[in-house]
Amino acid sequence: MISLCGDITNPKGVIKRKINLGDVVCGTTTLKRGFAHMLKNGVIMDVTSVEQAHIAEDAGAVAVMVLDKLPSDVRKAGGVARTASIKIINEIMNTVTIPVMAKCRIGHVYEAHVLEKTNVDMIDESEVLTPADENHHIWKWNFTTPFVNGCRSLSEALRRIEEGASMIRTKGEPGTGNVVEAIRHINKVNYDLAILQSMKNSGNEHILINLARDFRVSYSTLEKTAHLGRLPVVNFAAGGISTPADAAYLMSLGCDGIFVGSGIFKSSDAKERAYAIVLATTFWNDPDKVQEAQNLIDEKESMIGLDIKELELQMQKRGSN
Amino acid sequence: MDHINIGILSIQGDVEENILATRYCFKKLSCVGVVNEINNDTQISKLDGLIIPGGESTTIAKLSTVYQLLKKLQNKINCGMPVFGICAGLILLSKHINDKKIGQTNQIHMDLLDVEVERNHFGRQQNSFESDIEIMLHKMIKTKGIFIRSPSITKIGTNVQILSKLYDNIIAVRQNNIIATSFHPELTRDIVLYEYFISMAQKYHANTQI
Repeated sequence: MISLCGDITNPKGVIKRKINLGDVVCGTTTLKRGFAHMLKNGVIMDVTSVEQAHIAEDAGAVAVMVLDKLPSDVRKAGGVARTASIKIINEIMNTVTIPVMAKCRIGHVYEAHVLEKTNVDMIDESEVLTPADENHHIWKWNFTTPFVNGCRSLSEALRRIEEGASMIRTKGEPGTGNVVEAIRHINKVNYDLAILQSMKNSGNEHILINLARDFRVSYSTLEKTAHLGRLPVVNFAAGGISTPADAAYLMSLGCDGIFVGSGIFKSSDAKERAYAIVLATTFWNDPDKVQEAQNLIDEKESMIGLDIKELELQMQKRGSN
Repeated sequence: MDHINIGILSIQGDVEENILATRYCFKKLSCVGVVNEINNDTQISKLDGLIIPGGESTTIAKLSTVYQLLKKLQNKINCGMPVFGICAGLILLSKHINDKKIGQTNQIHMDLLDVEVERNHFGRQQNSFESDIEIMLHKMIKTKGIFIRSPSITKIGTNVQILSKLYDNIIAVRQNNIIATSFHPELTRDIVLYEYFISMAQKYHANTQI
C-alpha cells in the first residue's frame, strides 16, 4: 500500500484505455505515485544528448532527465530557458530502456501537454527553467503523466502535492556544484515534519488547523502527513550534488534518492563519476562502499563550484508560492 | 526460537512496501518470522525465502554484482530456496530478456526462470494501468493488478506453470520454487500472493531443519 494523502476525487488525468485486447484504467494516483516508488534508492541523471543518456544507463541510473542545457550552462547563458527539443527527447526514448523524464517551465500548461503527447514517463515542473506563470503552478491532476516538483519546506511540498505532484525533490541551488542548499532544504523539511508531529501529538486540533492555514494546505492533508511522519510521496534530493559523498550524505538525511544535474557531465570524469554516485547512493549506509565510490573519482576533475552568496540568480526562489 | 527468515533484495526499488506487506502477512498468518534487507552477503545463508522487489531491473542487476550478491543468491535459489520476483524481479530471474522498443538487451540477469520476458510490454508510464485480475493459486483468486511500465511473459518453458493471464498476456508464473509476477501486489491491500509465498518458505524452512 502507498499513501494517497492529498488526492482528489475524479481527477481528469484518470482515463480508460484499451491496452492489447481490453479496457484498463490509467493515470490513477497509485500508478503515478507508484512509478516514483520504483525509483527509490536510485539516481536520476540530467542529460542533454543520446550519448550522455547511454552513459547514465550503463552507470546504473534509474532514469534520465532530458534538458536543452545542463543547469550550469543555463546559469551561464542567461536569457529564457525552455523545455528541451522534442527531437532529442524522442531520440533518447528510442535508445534507453530506463524511464525518460523532461522538464517544463513552472506553470506552463502547454509545454506539459507537449511533453505528455511526446510520451515521457514523468514531467518535472522545474525552477531550472524560466517560470512561465508567476502566480500558478500547473494543475497536475489533469494529466495522466506523473509530475515531480521542487520544494524548500514542508508547506511548499504539500501545496505541490495538493496540485497533483506525484513526487517531490527538495530544491538545492542548481548548476552550482555546491550542495549546501540541498542540505539546508532537506533539513528544513525534516524539522517541519518533527514540529508537525509534536503538534499532532499535543492533541490540540486548533494548533493543526492554524498550521494548515499558515501552510495554505487542507487540514486533511496536514493531518494525514502528521500521521505518516514523512512526506506522502517519494522525495529525492536535488541541486549541487557532484560527488559520491554528497549523494551518500543526502541519503543519510532521509532522502529517497538523488537527482544529479551538472555534477556528472560538467566534470571531466563523467563515466566513472556517474557509476561512483550510483554506488554511493545504493550503499550509502555502508562506509566501505562510500569510500570505494569516492575513490573512483578525482577531485581535480570535479566541476568548479559556486558560492551561493555570490550568485545573482537564485533559481530555488522561483515558484515557491 | 524457531522462526522463518525472509529477505528483501535491497539494492533499489520499493523495498519498504515489500517489508510492510511481508510483516502484515506474518501477522495475519500468526507466523513467527523476521524480514531482513539484503544488500550484502552476510545474511544469505540464513534465508528461507527471498523477495526481489519492483524497481529498475538494469540498476538492481548492475549493483547486485557488488558483493557477488547475484551469484550467491542464484546458488541458494538453485538449492531450492523459494523466491518471489516482482516486475523488475521477474526480469532479473528470467532466462531471456527483450525490450519492447530496443529489442534484445544484454543486461545482467539470474538466468533461472525458463521464460522470455518483454520489458515495457504495455508501453511507457502513461500506459501503466490498473485492472481486475484472477490468479490461480490453491483456488482461483480475484484481486487488483497494478502494472507500472510492466513486462509481460511472451514464452514459457515446459516446467513453467501459468498462474495468471490478462487478455492473453501471461502476467504470473511458477516454476518449482520460483514465483514471479509482472504486476505489483505490494501496492495493494491484498496480500494473497505473500501468503502463498510465505507458505512455500515455511515448507522450505521445515525441510531444511530436519
